[in-house]
Amino acid sequence: MTYIPAEKLAADAENVLNDLNARTEPLTPKDRMAIPMQEMPSQDPMVRRSNMEEVAIGYTPAQARIEAERCLQCKTAPCVKGCPVSINIPGFIKAIAEGDNKKAVDVIKESSLLPAVCGRVCPQEAQCQAPCTVGKALKSVDQAVSIGRLERFVADWEREQGLVEKPTVKPATGKKVGIIGTGPAGLTVAADVRREGHDVVLFEAFHKPGGVMVYGIPEFRLPKAIVQKEIDTLLAMGCELRTNFVIGRTRKITDLLEQDGFDALFIGTGAGLPRFMNIEGENLVGVYSANEYLTRSNLMRAYDKERAQTPIFESEKVAVLGGGNVAMDAARTAVRLGAKEVHLIYRRTEAEMPARVEEIAHAKEEGVIFHFLENPKRILSDEKGWVSGVECLRYELGEPDDSGRRRPIAIEGSEFEIDLDTVIVAIGNDSNPLIRQTTPGLDTNKWGNIVADENGKTSLSRVFAGGDIVLGAATVILAMGEGRKAAKAMNEMLAKD
Amino acid sequence: MNRILEKKQLSETVFQMQIDAPLIARERRAGQFIILQLCEDYGERIPLTIADADADAGTITIIFQAVGDTTKKLAQLNAGDDIAALVGPLGTPTHIENFGRVVCVGGGIGVAPLHPIVQALKAAGNHVTIIMGARNKELMILEEEMRAMADELIVCTDDGSYGRKCLVTEPLKELCEQDPRPNLVVAVGPPIMMKFCVETTRPYEVPTQVSLNTIMVDGTGMCGGCRVTVGGETKFVCVDGPEFDGHLVDFDNMINRLGSYKKQEEAHKCRCMPDNP
Repeated sequence: MTYIPAEKLAADAENVLNDLNARTEPLTPKDRMAIPMQEMPSQDPMVRRSNMEEVAIGYTPAQARIEAERCLQCKTAPCVKGCPVSINIPGFIKAIAEGDNKKAVDVIKESSLLPAVCGRVCPQEAQCQAPCTVGKALKSVDQAVSIGRLERFVADWEREQGLVEKPTVKPATGKKVGIIGTGPAGLTVAADVRREGHDVVLFEAFHKPGGVMVYGIPEFRLPKAIVQKEIDTLLAMGCELRTNFVIGRTRKITDLLEQDGFDALFIGTGAGLPRFMNIEGENLVGVYSANEYLTRSNLMRAYDKERAQTPIFESEKVAVLGGGNVAMDAARTAVRLGAKEVHLIYRRTEAEMPARVEEIAHAKEEGVIFHFLENPKRILSDEKGWVSGVECLRYELGEPDDSGRRRPIAIEGSEFEIDLDTVIVAIGNDSNPLIRQTTPGLDTNKWGNIVADENGKTSLSRVFAGGDIVLGAATVILAMGEGRKAAKAMNEMLAKD
Repeated sequence: MNRILEKKQLSETVFQMQIDAPLIARERRAGQFIILQLCEDYGERIPLTIADADADAGTITIIFQAVGDTTKKLAQLNAGDDIAALVGPLGTPTHIENFGRVVCVGGGIGVAPLHPIVQALKAAGNHVTIIMGARNKELMILEEEMRAMADELIVCTDDGSYGRKCLVTEPLKELCEQDPRPNLVVAVGPPIMMKFCVETTRPYEVPTQVSLNTIMVDGTGMCGGCRVTVGGETKFVCVDGPEFDGHLVDFDNMINRLGSYKKQEEAHKCRCMPDNP
């Protein structure tokens, strides 16, 4: 992908749309496949390197219409099978092609509660867009119908038109449900349970709700105002929000059930315990977990140096260790905070990187320097105990491992050094132990994740769980999907009481 | 919102506040802390130990020194004002049992976190000797409260303006040389004081617990900013601590990490914080 200015994309789209509108014959599948795939307009890389505003600007109405016309409306709809929450994808795309954006967003909302979020952060190329017939026929997943961009387009359209409606809440049942954690899983459960007329109390450990969507994913990828809008809707529905409330410390699960009158609980506390590499030098000054670096910048707004009281390193040379979306977020945040050089070090090749293709492309456009088949052996210190660099080893790929990816093998004697002042470790998260340690009888697996059945039921009566605390670190859409299933089971249980 | 019910100035820069926080007051145990924030949009989150609590009245007491941006602003608040965000109790409570003879060392503001630990140790039936140290008489806090609980109280100041003129390590060493030796030493204070207390007790093999106050953001294990090296392993002060076996703590690394933001703090001070508000 190379950067194309937004104005050019918009002008090209107008021309394509004029041609399409001028046609008198219906489009054949061959015609549809000849329509050019619409690239996402984005801020100029040189400009966005020094601002926190959203990188992807969103489709123009013309682009959305054109992209929707690329969809073949396959009877088999392989895309739906690729979607963790089975959105009626051909249905909503057809509505866009027909110019009915409201209908499109209503179709999405039958299955997904957070389309403006998922349209932005879902790994579509690995989900709905992977099996797309258009992409298959054109021999590249990059040429698939841009389902995520279309989802985002109609969700933004609805919000900007002021058409977001507060879902109807059924008459009060007198039942009370507690939701622990206000990330994607928790917010989804809150909406689904509240709609049935149950009282809902959301507990959040931080001072602001939204979970990873607020502390983790940066403003330039997911504007906070979009998440806040979802929360405002929940509050307008009558959900109660209690921030600065740590379940396991301020109050325990058993207290909520036995003393505070909750009829059911949902635990969606995410995967919030950063992993480190256990290499020499990891506690030097200048080594961050990605969680810390991103939380300082996002939630605590350290990027706003004039107003924020929370400090963050003013780094010159940064290395981010890891290859997922969090690693991209950290690297691109470092660029925006003014680092002169940002290196991303990953021990496999680009093909194995778990990050979304778009995030990798954006990071490259912004000047992040990628190192593949390299991994730090130790972090080097200056005489004061501050980071001065990393010593890396080169790697080669061997046989596939348990994850199905080829195992990286260190090449002996290949050590080399990179001069740095900051190292950000972004190699994943384990589950936070607080609830596990303070809730007797709650079963967890060997990784510390809560064990839940297909309906989100845990080993404790009336306690459900979902999202990363069950799955291990995953995605917003999977957390949401789990939340919907759990909410359904909770509503059924409460109806029988 | 948590309302400040009472404010007392204990010394030129040290303040005590009683805050309405019924849930925290009910749950807190010795050794635990809170994190507070004065503005939810731009304020920083700082950890402060709970110095005391009254579960019936629903209040907690914090004692802090106005040294940084947030603590200086906090010191300007008064009874009736609200604290924007207050979360807790955080951290693993102190392990309390009847150890026998315990020496508790508190340095400067470190006497505040020591207070609930002494309360709990006394309640468990320990014989408690307290060593309180400060740079000078003016900086000595909670002396009456500690005297009321202690089986023996030793006061010392660096400049000799009150009590013995010595560092806390001097009486600590004497106590370690006595027979019987203390069964446990608990040292809470500036990192450098804890480091030297640990070095003092090491040759006598007296178990020594320290309470660490590192830089934190969330305080629930999520950021890892508070991590310290204990016995060669990385530990998170916010969830694994704040108390650790002092003989295993890498104090030099911890002191380094505490200085991570010196540059930014200095710049910030120059720009917007008058030093004497």
